[in-house]
Amino acid sequence: MLIRRPPDLLPSEITPEPLARGRRALLKGLGAGAALAGLGLPQISQAGSLGTLRPSPLSSDEKLTPLKSVTGYNNFYEFGTDKEDPARHAPGRLKTQPWTVTVEGEIKRPRTFSIDDLLKLAPLEERIYRMRCVEGWSMVIPWVGFPLAELIRQVEPNGQARFVEFVTLADPQQMPGVRSPLLDWPYVEGLRLDEAQHPLTLLAVGLYGEVLPAQNGAPIRLVVPWKYGFKSAKSIVRIRFVREQPRSTWMKAGPSEYGFYSNVNPAVDHPRWSQATERRIGEFIKRKTLPFNGYADQVAGLYSGMDLRRFF
Amino acid sequence: MTFQPTPRQLTAIKAALFLLTLLPALHYAHGLWSDSLGANPIEALTRGMGIWTLNFLFLTLCVSPLRKLSGWHWLLRLRRMLGLTAFAYGCLHLLTYLWLDQFWDVDAIARDIWKRPFITVGATAFLLMLPLALTSSHAAIRSLGGKRWQSLHRAVYAVAILGVVHYLWLVKRVALLDPIIYALVLAILLGWRVVERIRLNGPWPTRSTPPAVQPVVFMKRDAAAALGVPKKR
Repeated sequence: MLIRRPPDLLPSEITPEPLARGRRALLKGLGAGAALAGLGLPQISQAGSLGTLRPSPLSSDEKLTPLKSVTGYNNFYEFGTDKEDPARHAPGRLKTQPWTVTVEGEIKRPRTFSIDDLLKLAPLEERIYRMRCVEGWSMVIPWVGFPLAELIRQVEPNGQARFVEFVTLADPQQMPGVRSPLLDWPYVEGLRLDEAQHPLTLLAVGLYGEVLPAQNGAPIRLVVPWKYGFKSAKSIVRIRFVREQPRSTWMKAGPSEYGFYSNVNPAVDHPRWSQATERRIGEFIKRKTLPFNGYADQVAGLYSGMDLRRFF
Repeated sequence: MTFQPTPRQLTAIKAALFLLTLLPALHYAHGLWSDSLGANPIEALTRGMGIWTLNFLFLTLCVSPLRKLSGWHWLLRLRRMLGLTAFAYGCLHLLTYLWLDQFWDVDAIARDIWKRPFITVGATAFLLMLPLALTSSHAAIRSLGGKRWQSLHRAVYAVAILGVVHYLWLVKRVALLDPIIYALVLAILLGWRVVERIRLNGPWPTRSTPPAVQPVVFMKRDAAAALGVPKKR
């Protein structure tokens, strides 16, 4: 199902023909999924299409990274450290049904959501975002999801909540990488409450119009497009609203290399490599990395007055 | 038991080995051609060339122990080819970095070498390999004299150590397993030499001249020598 766009679209916003054909072919292959989509009911228990999606003015109009790369080149260390490991090991092993996400902490209405509750929480949108990995590569990915702000509104943070912590699944039965002691499992990430409430911050349940593949963090993950990719925690099982700044897994693993904020910043190098440029997957010549991954207009205000070299 | 190839057989063995040394390069060339190196082929290529530099360095370092253990002294005749192959893959590794990663941006490269320890270490290892590759011919051995040639070529230990440090330093800690395995293999290859020295010369404190039992000690001296020794008297 193609995303219906507003009629005043620019030529540059039109999905390139081969891509559009690719998407159609993709959807054609989904007999049952497409039928469900026709009913307009999002249904995550079936593999396949997520139905009618609202386009978003926040979407990028850049050329999409091919689905094959988006689903075949991943960092998801719970399934191994090679880029190809998640695609090899996650599908079939990661059980995403049943799945619950417990929301707790400094909120008025703590609650455990089933994945179907979450799908009905807000209309699903397609959000085409740039994704910049801390390792120096990037993609353009058409996510499907809803703003995290919608969930936050429903659970009503109290006056004490200042940060949000995301805890992801760490089940050695399903995830062979979790047996490795090299990272402190479960994988934990965090955002400041205002970052979490920002309209760009997404809870994604799909990509390319379909249910999220296991290797991309099924069934539900965070997407924070102005931060390095590792901030966007995958396969979330717990969301906690807390008073103190959470210590993320990567901060524990390398405090000098990974800060709490980890905003994409070409001026602040990783201690072991430069962040000034990036390789967009599928491109030969490297690109210049943009401050806040090109989302400075929307998010720079969150950090006014902060020394971003210190709070890297 | 002790196999001694005839000159013709040795030529055949050398030819076969040469073809084998080309295989990794052909694999990556084919991968680039058929777009089967994954989503980030340039990274895969850079990594592949680096790993095969280490692999051939290690194979070079296997020659002496294998020769001693098997009595196959002719293995020594294969060592130069293995060493030069390591150097060739090192050149390709460097080339992918200079060209496909930095696009010949001299400023960025200089900054990278200066600021990033793992690149500094890698660049040093490459520089140390250069004089070894340049003095690999029979003529160079003759003009240097066997003793001097041998002490110069002990720099290969430094190259291997720096190469493994380069690898250990560049990966994230979750991916440390592979470089740790390389470090262990290198420890065995160098440790065997230390043990051999001690076995042949007795424990080193009783000797009059300090032997090079600790790789780190002679690494430093040889590193300086490798850069400073003139080719001809």
